[in-house]
Amino acid sequence: MPWRRLLITLAIIAPILWLLAFGFQRDARYINSPLIAKEAAPFTLTMFDGRKVTLQELRGKAVFLNFWASWCVPCRAEAKDLEAAWQQIKDKNMVFVGVALQDTEKDSRAFLQEFNVTYPNGRDDSGKIAVNYGVWGVPESFFIDPQGRITYKHVGGIGAPLVKTKLAEALQGIVTAKEGQGESQSVR
Amino acid sequence: MTALIGHTSILLAFSLALIGIVIPVIGSRRDDARYLAYTRLAILGQFVLVTLAASSLIYGLVTTDFSIKYVAFNTTRATPIYYRVTGLWGALEGSLLLWEWILIIFSGIVAWVYRDRHREMMPWVLMIFSIVSAFFLGVVAFVSNPFETIFPIPPDGRGLNPLLEDANMMTHPPLLYTGFVGLTVPYAFAMAALIRGKVDEGWIVATRRWTITAWFFLTMGNLVGAWWSYHVLGWGGYWAWDPVENAAFMPWLPATAFLHSVQVQERRSMLKVWNLSLIIIAFSLTIFGTFLTRSGILSSIHAFSSGPVGTVFLAFLAFVLLSSFGLLAYRSDQLKGQPELDSMVSRESAFLLNNIVLVSALFTIFLGTIFPLLSEAVAGVQVSVGAPYFNSVIVPLFLLLVFLMGVGPIIAWRKASWDNLKRNFLWPAAGSLLVGAILFGWKIRDFLPLLGFTLLAFVALTIFYDTALALRARRRIAGEGLLSGLATLARRNQRRYGGFIVHLGVVLIIMGIAGSMTYSLEREVTLALKEHLTLGHYLIQFEGLKGEQQPTHFRVEGAFRVFHGGDEVGVLSPALKFFPTQQSPVGRAVHRSSISDDIYLILSGFSELDKNQATLKVLVRPLVVWIWIGGFVIVLGTLVAILPLGSRIENGG
Repeated sequence: MPWRRLLITLAIIAPILWLLAFGFQRDARYINSPLIAKEAAPFTLTMFDGRKVTLQELRGKAVFLNFWASWCVPCRAEAKDLEAAWQQIKDKNMVFVGVALQDTEKDSRAFLQEFNVTYPNGRDDSGKIAVNYGVWGVPESFFIDPQGRITYKHVGGIGAPLVKTKLAEALQGIVTAKEGQGESQSVR
Repeated sequence: MTALIGHTSILLAFSLALIGIVIPVIGSRRDDARYLAYTRLAILGQFVLVTLAASSLIYGLVTTDFSIKYVAFNTTRATPIYYRVTGLWGALEGSLLLWEWILIIFSGIVAWVYRDRHREMMPWVLMIFSIVSAFFLGVVAFVSNPFETIFPIPPDGRGLNPLLEDANMMTHPPLLYTGFVGLTVPYAFAMAALIRGKVDEGWIVATRRWTITAWFFLTMGNLVGAWWSYHVLGWGGYWAWDPVENAAFMPWLPATAFLHSVQVQERRSMLKVWNLSLIIIAFSLTIFGTFLTRSGILSSIHAFSSGPVGTVFLAFLAFVLLSSFGLLAYRSDQLKGQPELDSMVSRESAFLLNNIVLVSALFTIFLGTIFPLLSEAVAGVQVSVGAPYFNSVIVPLFLLLVFLMGVGPIIAWRKASWDNLKRNFLWPAAGSLLVGAILFGWKIRDFLPLLGFTLLAFVALTIFYDTALALRARRRIAGEGLLSGLATLARRNQRRYGGFIVHLGVVLIIMGIAGSMTYSLEREVTLALKEHLTLGHYLIQFEGLKGEQQPTHFRVEGAFRVFHGGDEVGVLSPALKFFPTQQSPVGRAVHRSSISDDIYLILSGFSELDKNQATLKVLVRPLVVWIWIGGFVIVLGTLVAILPLGSRIENGG
């Protein structure tokens, strides 16, 4: 039995297979955002009621910025939770801003109505805000501290408890370097 | 009902495949010839059942039977019948069924063609087919079932991805799959030879035509893919070194190497282990390719659905690699005692070098493709490498390959004498240097393109010169003219002259790639009405925008009058299509080809306020059309090489 040759064969093949198997433990699209702990890109958002909101005027408050689309399944899943979290948060220093992305106005409005969303929402019709935030899919959420710095990024669906925790941390300026992950859908 | 028939057929075929694996093992113990007949029956049974299953799925697609999930997700009532049929390979589950179908058709043909030959080898060959078939059937039956039903039945389906509604859908995927599956034939024969421990040249001679056929389909699959990318996707390129493209291209490299190195083994009984390794690698890469595209471990511009299929393919890949190379190592004692190279200046060494270059290219592309994985595993950071990496390594390698393509087929076996070299290469070398000098005079002065075009001329001239010498000999011996002489030559030595024609095709393709890589011009400008821009010899004038509502989308079209060196070429109208379901528009680029260059127009934007403004991207890509012409030449050459032109005895089968 040519054991030596069998061993050499195994020694070459095994690492390749291990490397490929390693691929399953990670998400190919997952790249830690370089935006965390940096100043959030300024934006002006036209709301569905016609008003305009700029990030600048939200200084001094912790901001929960959520990108979504009506056609995205995980967004539907998190919608009720987000509204519930908004209802529970009575802190004047915390705000929610929803941004509809790659969606028709009609569908977005129907979505907001369906889930009784009461926090401010607007449309990123040119997609520029999403580009500035490096949004890969929907939903994606950013937490911004009162100084206008991104403290946490969450890719995919997020639950009410995490929103409340991370907003409280943002208010104190606590940064989480690692992105959170939930289910999401690509917009590219 | 359709789903039930399909799924039951798959399950039965799966059982038959398992039986087909076991029979040869029992048969070899008892030394009973009847077992071969049973093995064949197992293959035949699978063939009938899988054909029934595939037909059921096609029937479901054509009759829009939305109770089948696959049908509901890949057609709509509005889908034309043509795309309903191609829906068979529009998504993962159907593609796997198509793969299995082609595989079992190949197996059936092999079983039929060799019904009277290779009796000792056939049970093992068919067993390997049954193993591969059992794997695919298992996946289709249990992991990724195209016959899954849904309830409630939706009133209409979701439809194919709009990009897949293209005429090439009929050709590109099936061609590629046929190439992948075709490699199973030489692999099965190689494994059969290893299992039996009879590792002479028998398996290579038996599978020669099969290997060429598989290589041909692989080449065409890749070329048609590039054509599709260039003509339909509208970004002006035909190759992007994307992981999925690499996955389709990688098996081509060892297959090409194999095609050449087996000639060395046939003639000189050398490179036995090497050839077996090459075919194992080529076959493994076809499985690896599917694993890569379906596992989602790398990000790609080709959006494929992923799922548990990735894990299953990795397991099978592990099985194939470990068992095949394990067997090779086990038999390695019998593979010893090869003759040595007589001289470095010989056809053997040219082919060996060609192999080293091709395998280096394979290693480079493999490394580049899995680099994001490797960097994350080792350094914890995901780093991708792009086109610059691939081009900077692959271009020099392929230049060397082109040189070898000129030398290899002409140089003598064993040891080329100085006389032999002088007679065969003096004039072609002188001629190519002259071509190089002329190109230099034409201001082609960058080193790599100048070297490239000179080498391409060298290859073409060696082929023409060698053929001319042979024709002169024909005229002296038999008094034949040019055409009848060519016909006789091609008939007498199909492999040689078929190979020459294929090489000429490759020369044209590389010429097209070199030209478009090096001398492309590109500009993006915003034009007002009647304004123009010039790029190279072209002048493009903006004639206005037009918008119209189409049945499925809104189309904005720009009209541009194109002049080439003062002569009007015509009006080209690139467009943007706005689909209600998609936020970003789908571009429809237009181009005009000529033998010297293509002009390619992409409408990249327009002002909603001012109808008299449009932003246009213009590309001038020299010589691209030769890539496609080269493809046709390869078709011709392959036909000359493998068609039975009535010279079986002279050319050794």
